[in-house]
Amino acid sequence: MSLATRIQTLKSALKERILILDGGMGTMIQGEKLTEADFRAERFKDWPSDVQGNNDLLVLTQGDLIKRLHLDYLNAGADILETNTFNSTRLSQSDYGMEELTYELNLEAAKIARAAADEKTTETPEKPRFVAGVLGPTSRTASLSPDVNDPGFRNVDFDTLAVNYREATRALIEGGADLILIETIFDTLNAKAAIFAVQDVFDEVGFELPIMISGTITDASGRTLSGQTTEAFWNSIRHAKPISVGLNCALGATELRPYLEELSNKAQSHVSAHPNAGLPNEFGEYDQTGKEMAVIVEEFAASGFLNIIGGCCGTAPEHIKAIAEAVAKYPPPSNTRYPKGLPPEWP
Amino acid sequence: MNVGERTNVTGSARFKRLIVEEDYDTALEVAQEQVENGAQVIDINMDEGMLESQTAMVTFLNLVAAEPEIAKVPIMIDSSKWEIIEAGLKCVQGKPVVNSISLKEGEEAFRHHAKLCMRYGAAIIVMAFDEDGQADTFERKREICKRSYDVLVNEIGFPAEDIIFDPNIFAVATGIEEHNNYAVDFIDATRWIKQNLPHAMISGGVSNVSFSFRGNNPVREAIHSVFLYHAIKEGMTMGIVNASQLAVYDDLPTELRDLVEDVILNRRDDSTDRLLDVAEKYRGNGVEEKKEDLEWRSWPVTKRIEHALVKGITNFILEDTEAARIEADRPIQVIEGPLMDGMNVVGDLFGAGKMFLPQVVKSARVMKQAVAHLIPFIEAEKSGEVEAKGKIIMATVKGDVHDIGKNIVGVVLQCNNYEVVDLGVMVPAEKILQAAKEHNADIIGLSGLITPSLDEMVHIAKEMERQGFDIPLLIGGATTSKAHTAVKIEPQYKRGPVIYVTDASRAVGVASNLLSDELRDEFVAGRRKEYEETRIRNANRRAKADRISYEKACDNKLALDWNSFSPVKPAFTGIKAFDDYDLATIAQRIDWTPFFMSWDLAGKYPQILTDDVVGEAATSLFDDAKVMLKKIIDEKLIKARGVIGFWPANTTQADQIEVYADENRSDVKALLQHIRQQTPKPEGKPNLSLADYIAPKETGLEDYIGGFAVNAGIGAEELANEYEAAGDDYNSIMVKALADRLAEAFAEHLHERVRKEFWGYAQDENLDNDALIKEQYQGIRPAPGYPACPDHTEKETLFNLLDATKHSGLELTESFAMTPAAAVSGWYFAHPDAKYFGTGKIDLDQVEQIAERKGKTTEEMERWLMPVLSYDPS
Repeated sequence: MSLATRIQTLKSALKERILILDGGMGTMIQGEKLTEADFRAERFKDWPSDVQGNNDLLVLTQGDLIKRLHLDYLNAGADILETNTFNSTRLSQSDYGMEELTYELNLEAAKIARAAADEKTTETPEKPRFVAGVLGPTSRTASLSPDVNDPGFRNVDFDTLAVNYREATRALIEGGADLILIETIFDTLNAKAAIFAVQDVFDEVGFELPIMISGTITDASGRTLSGQTTEAFWNSIRHAKPISVGLNCALGATELRPYLEELSNKAQSHVSAHPNAGLPNEFGEYDQTGKEMAVIVEEFAASGFLNIIGGCCGTAPEHIKAIAEAVAKYPPPSNTRYPKGLPPEWP
Repeated sequence: MNVGERTNVTGSARFKRLIVEEDYDTALEVAQEQVENGAQVIDINMDEGMLESQTAMVTFLNLVAAEPEIAKVPIMIDSSKWEIIEAGLKCVQGKPVVNSISLKEGEEAFRHHAKLCMRYGAAIIVMAFDEDGQADTFERKREICKRSYDVLVNEIGFPAEDIIFDPNIFAVATGIEEHNNYAVDFIDATRWIKQNLPHAMISGGVSNVSFSFRGNNPVREAIHSVFLYHAIKEGMTMGIVNASQLAVYDDLPTELRDLVEDVILNRRDDSTDRLLDVAEKYRGNGVEEKKEDLEWRSWPVTKRIEHALVKGITNFILEDTEAARIEADRPIQVIEGPLMDGMNVVGDLFGAGKMFLPQVVKSARVMKQAVAHLIPFIEAEKSGEVEAKGKIIMATVKGDVHDIGKNIVGVVLQCNNYEVVDLGVMVPAEKILQAAKEHNADIIGLSGLITPSLDEMVHIAKEMERQGFDIPLLIGGATTSKAHTAVKIEPQYKRGPVIYVTDASRAVGVASNLLSDELRDEFVAGRRKEYEETRIRNANRRAKADRISYEKACDNKLALDWNSFSPVKPAFTGIKAFDDYDLATIAQRIDWTPFFMSWDLAGKYPQILTDDVVGEAATSLFDDAKVMLKKIIDEKLIKARGVIGFWPANTTQADQIEVYADENRSDVKALLQHIRQQTPKPEGKPNLSLADYIAPKETGLEDYIGGFAVNAGIGAEELANEYEAAGDDYNSIMVKALADRLAEAFAEHLHERVRKEFWGYAQDENLDNDALIKEQYQGIRPAPGYPACPDHTEKETLFNLLDATKHSGLELTESFAMTPAAAVSGWYFAHPDAKYFGTGKIDLDQVEQIAERKGKTTEEMERWLMPVLSYDPS
């Protein structure tokens, strides 16, 4: 199937049903109890610093494992895979001195996800699977100062972020991503730099992929870390004409509900969510089971809030399976809820 | 929709001062006050020649981002320079509004800017402006808005709901027939846009429409209300208007409303006359205008004197002073009584922001004439001098010739009964301190405009300390700053207070605090604390300001594609002098905005003439300026001389340009040393130096450089002195301010001829004055001592090349200031990519290299380059 056909298929699928995004990767990798030697494999056995914890590196050293995890999610019912590239930017990889590997990490991660998705699609051609190339937030914020005594200071700027994101995007596209997912946005200016970079790359390659955008409401204040409300967040990124806008991480499904409701009332695009498995307990672990989470999420579907649903921290194939089953019977919300007085939704 | 406009350096003198002084804390308060007062958007503009505007924009926006109470409203990024807009767009996480873009520079630039705005997620204000100028008629407005919309929405897919058209509101009822339909044109355009360009919004500056009734607020308010009533009905979405200047449509008296409606809707040929007939009736408590001239003549004499002082009317002052003298027991009482009372009223109005500098200087002229009349009587009576509040020594420091600001401060202080001993310009430290001792002065005030003067001020402060002075030292002038005063000057003079005076309007407050027994200690302690904080902030900032090495900066120079470039050979090489250049021709090129700035009136010309706050003062000043300019031209009171030159040139080191005697390019006539930016740059952005714009020798290209020096000060000094001697400081300052403008205009005019004729690399150029002021032409003319080439000592090389003293009559002082002061000199660069920029602060490694290339010691170069050093050489 060509990329153009896949994108067309994705758009029709969105009209027909609620699509399922995969679940958390970190939790799954943790469950594998990998050692420093596993992370390094042969290729990085002499790397000067510790690399354990650099989960994104596994696409180069434990490619089969990553592919297997992707397949676990597909078998659980996921329609869309996220590439294992949350930290695959120069800024984030510099923590491990691995910034020169950035392009390769994104390329390889996209290739692995592509292979898994294609394998599953061949198995069930009536239900094609898609790959979302993930652009993470990086570890820095362009509109917040890391120094409380100097609010005007910044440790990263728009141009630097855009350079980071351009590199990652090029590789994700080359590796076979069907969509670009800008996610876990806690500073909208970072996301705007990502949008800017992604659109630059679209110009370079001469075609466009659909963009998914997902912000993070950090706590009960209902705001992003950089202080925006859900509505402000939407207005700040709507110029990307995303195929979906949504929220992920930081909160569990229950806590996310009011903000998803707001998005579904305000946004002129499809709405997505991939919440955590509840809130972490005092040991930092997530206790919510798939069944428990599915009950909450089913109500979102019944209320017509959602077009795409998946999981973030603490979720596993078990959760995705339960969610997929719970929302299957609900039709995706139609476009009638879009506010009056504005031009119709972009295609 | 209410747009907060006080965070705009072109519109708010206060905000400008705060930004220039880098007092960002208070500047943030200005923004916050606006939001608290109901602004739904805040407009931020940093377009000001004295500023590194882009840095100021970025710094301020980053700080705004940290203030939730400000950041909750959208930001309008306002600049005439795209680079500044783009830098701003990179700092705003929310959805900003760009103010503004238009077809003015053609479709290609418009499309490019619009695409980027879309990619940054900004809404845009689109002015009805195209290659032929601003749209005035309905047809033009419609045509330009339609064309803009087609490009935006149909070609590049710009979201229609993010477009805000500004189809230009112009004044009606001006007496010029073509203007009568302007309101109708706007309203028709609004309706047309609403019906034909779906989802686009419509905005405009409302107060323009009533400009011809300025001074008559009730009528203006009525015009605004009627205009808005009709425009909103047709779809106008937002308007920039002073909310306090708005009447309620339904509350308007029927007669007035109907007459205004006739004007706005252009319903009758005689509607302007009919409105004028009744306008006076509705003036109400509006400001009293000239028509009442004769009425005030019937008031008691003390009131007449007060009126004459406040209004700056000299016609009757001798008559009234004489009348007051006859009534008084002793002539001195006229000064102590009605004259001082009147001046106190002026001082209060000035302090309250209800009068402006040009008006105060006019008041001073009235005062001086009155005092001059009384002095013979006082001396005859031998009743002694009036007790002045204090004695102030003032001077422009050694090496500097600029004195407009100092003179204004002198006048303001004299008006407030301080005795001012003005030592003039280029005054050495010793002379200042000697005069201070002789006169037993209470305060010393120093002024300077060029950067080496800063160093001289430090020197004077050291001398005051050494010689045991303890009187206050005041610092002022265009290059001085709170930061420099705090960091460099104050630590040198511990015995007495050092106070930075931001502008002339502050001088009286500072002096009265310093000379008051009750207030002095607290005032001085407050300032000391403030400067201490400034020093700490400054130290932190310096520590953080990382520079890249000079070597790295050179590696990252601007990489121009010399292969595809062929330099244009000038029509001649060597020099060409112009003696007694036609002043009327020069005057057409005057950029008036800086003229108003020299009088402490902030705002862009011509909008400043209709400004709600300073419009009246600006208009009156402008009228007087035009009269004086005409007199200068008609009577040939000033002689303009200038010289230009072109020479073969190539760069031989990263920042060194060799200037050759002839086309053989072997006889090196001079070496020009330029300075390179050392701030870290984002990927793809070069570390610039002017040398980048000249082809390197190894390219084999035959490139050229030009230079110029112009002088519009011959005769100006004498004329100004004549006025001063006659007690007319107003016209004395006026002459100097105009001479400055003429010098700039002369430089601008010659640059145009250079581009089209003498160098001839842009023979087809066709730009109007506005485009010229905005520097939309090819090539630049940077001046030594200014941001792109901050080394004043290069002026010596320039002067030698041009033989400038012989051909233009200009001389250089020991600080490399040009005298007479109304002068401009600089280099010509012709490369199409040449742009103005600032070198920013530089590091020791570069200073050492410059010193070596120039054959000077590092210490000496550090002294000349002090303002651009990123480190503290001591």
